[in-house]
Amino acid sequence: MTDINKWTIVMVGFSFALYIGIAIYTRVKTTKGFYVAGHGVPAIFNGMATGADWMSAASFISMAGLISFMGYTGSMYLIGWTGGYVLLALLLAPYLRKFGKFTVPDFVGDRYYSNAARLVAIICAIFISFTYVAGQMRGVGVVFSRFLEVDINLGVVIGMVLVFTYATLGGMKGITWTQVAQYVVLIIAYLVPAIVISLQMTGNPIPQLGFGSKILEGDNAGMFLLEAIDKIHVDLGFPEYTATFVGGKKSMIDVFAITMALMVGTAGLPHVIIRFYTVKSVHAARWSALWSIIFIGILYTTAPAIATFARVNMIQTLHGKPYANAPGWYKNWEKTGLIAWVDKNGDGLIQYGPGNPFKMMPGASKVVPTLQDKDARGTFGEPLLQNEPTDVGNELYVDADIMVLANPEIARLPAWVVALVAAGGLAAALSTAAGLLLVISSSISHDLMKKILKPGMSDAEELKWARVAAGGAVIVAGYFGINPPGFVAQVVAFAFGLAASSFFPIIILGIFSKRTTKEGAISGMITGISFTFLYIVYFKFIKPTSGPDEWLFGISPEGIGTIGMLLNFIVTLTVSQFTPEPPAKVKRQVETLRYPGHGKKKTIEI
Amino acid sequence: MSGHKTPHQLYWRANLIVLGILLSIWFLFSCVFSIFLVDRLNEYKLGGFPLGFWIAQQGTTVVFIILTATYVGIMSKLDRKYDVEENLQ
Repeated sequence: MTDINKWTIVMVGFSFALYIGIAIYTRVKTTKGFYVAGHGVPAIFNGMATGADWMSAASFISMAGLISFMGYTGSMYLIGWTGGYVLLALLLAPYLRKFGKFTVPDFVGDRYYSNAARLVAIICAIFISFTYVAGQMRGVGVVFSRFLEVDINLGVVIGMVLVFTYATLGGMKGITWTQVAQYVVLIIAYLVPAIVISLQMTGNPIPQLGFGSKILEGDNAGMFLLEAIDKIHVDLGFPEYTATFVGGKKSMIDVFAITMALMVGTAGLPHVIIRFYTVKSVHAARWSALWSIIFIGILYTTAPAIATFARVNMIQTLHGKPYANAPGWYKNWEKTGLIAWVDKNGDGLIQYGPGNPFKMMPGASKVVPTLQDKDARGTFGEPLLQNEPTDVGNELYVDADIMVLANPEIARLPAWVVALVAAGGLAAALSTAAGLLLVISSSISHDLMKKILKPGMSDAEELKWARVAAGGAVIVAGYFGINPPGFVAQVVAFAFGLAASSFFPIIILGIFSKRTTKEGAISGMITGISFTFLYIVYFKFIKPTSGPDEWLFGISPEGIGTIGMLLNFIVTLTVSQFTPEPPAKVKRQVETLRYPGHGKKKTIEI
Repeated sequence: MSGHKTPHQLYWRANLIVLGILLSIWFLFSCVFSIFLVDRLNEYKLGGFPLGFWIAQQGTTVVFIILTATYVGIMSKLDRKYDVEENLQ
């Protein structure tokens, strides 16, 4: 057993024990406790919990890696995912808290005075949450398999058992306080390696500044880091790292559409929205939103720095070096299939450059290496692949997901830092999974059972349903984690587009326009989500080889949620004009959403 | 009635104005500076960063935090001014 294995067991074991301890301490007996933690979480802690809830395996593990490969274009994730928080804080959080119920379908059903609207919202919420949660469980499996060298599936099962324990025992209360702990774990895990690497490379301990500083040692010493990476990119045949919309990168309209879809989608994700139900007042909801964007901002301003450091480090340690002397981390990650090398010119050196090193396997949905026989080795001891090599000079395949996880090893940090990052990745994945599972559970027990199918149900009975539904959801999520149908894995990235095109417009209009009718909202939601879903399915699964020329306005499936959202707005507003006005009671209810309270002085209402 | 607004209506109008201003700044940074005008801004340097690139990868996030903080501050004041604060026991 290596040092990394030992440290990982210590760090992960300690953090898991902490989460379970919190769950036992915070177990609940009422539905109010289970769904919204009794509306009693202080703003700053709710901000941390929201941060952990929001920052998923994708934010922690994948985002910096994606930016690392995309350069400027990766900004769309940074702007999209933080910009959505501004919308959430200004347009949704205070009003939804004033509404004061438990779930998003609750709001939709009550505001649009209709169980049909409630049902459409339930389906959207469950659909969005399941596509998102499968990715989290997979993230848990990847971390386990690399750092503890267990099977990915066993990793998923361990994650399931853990989430099952604290989600069913403590509901939202248990989830909230474990998320607070998980935020602390994940932010430390993210910052420690970033600070150390920033110091090593630039002498500046603050990664956000180191990112714009000069390189201390090596071939490019004295150059600004970003100038050096631009030069390295050009030498290898890539477009410059900081280049914007040049060939080989996304177009301006596509970057805009994706950024917008991510922003609006963030504001429409049910597991994030419900976090604002858990504080005690409108005032606290606003503060909580501010705390969460601060806590999220800490990670999101560090990510692009990590991306640049990792890119420079990775290229410098691998490109042009003999495979036989590849560093230890390379050999470790090679086993997971997330990094691979094919020696095209037979020189035994690793050549890196643009383009895929080998072709997609027949029937696969993306280019991933597939090993030949387990022990088949090439001239230099490299595992041989079934994939057919391509004509380009590039010989190296690197999955974006390993950039954050391997970064400490690439920079030769001690084993405990590597283990800390593993614990952080797990914290990010588990906290988000728990939040999503709660949405699924409350959609079934509260929105479907209590509000539609069995209205007379007692609180105790509803709580029982909530626990059963949470348990069932964990099992389904785990199943998708172990057997990810290509479909689910691909759609995870699109959960935002779906949320943007379904919930966001009708919640906004529900608050800001009293004239919006149930017919408008239902037709808007259905139009938005169907258009977005069908566009994604068509261009991702039916015609996966399509390019910008065939896309609508040159917008990729990732960004189409922006158009879906606009369609939703247009349909909802138009249909509302031609259908009977909402009842007076609903209009009065909307009116009350707009004011935090009745004031402290006695004023005369006119 | 037209010229005579209730405190509630005045509060709501003030709220909409605040939202309009803050969201315009939000759009300016997230889309205009970071995407539409990024090439123009990249002609300037901020230390080791091309300016547009810095705004896209760092600056917007900082602006977003400032916007949210401003919102929280202004709304607390408006709540008091129009007397629509919550009465929490």
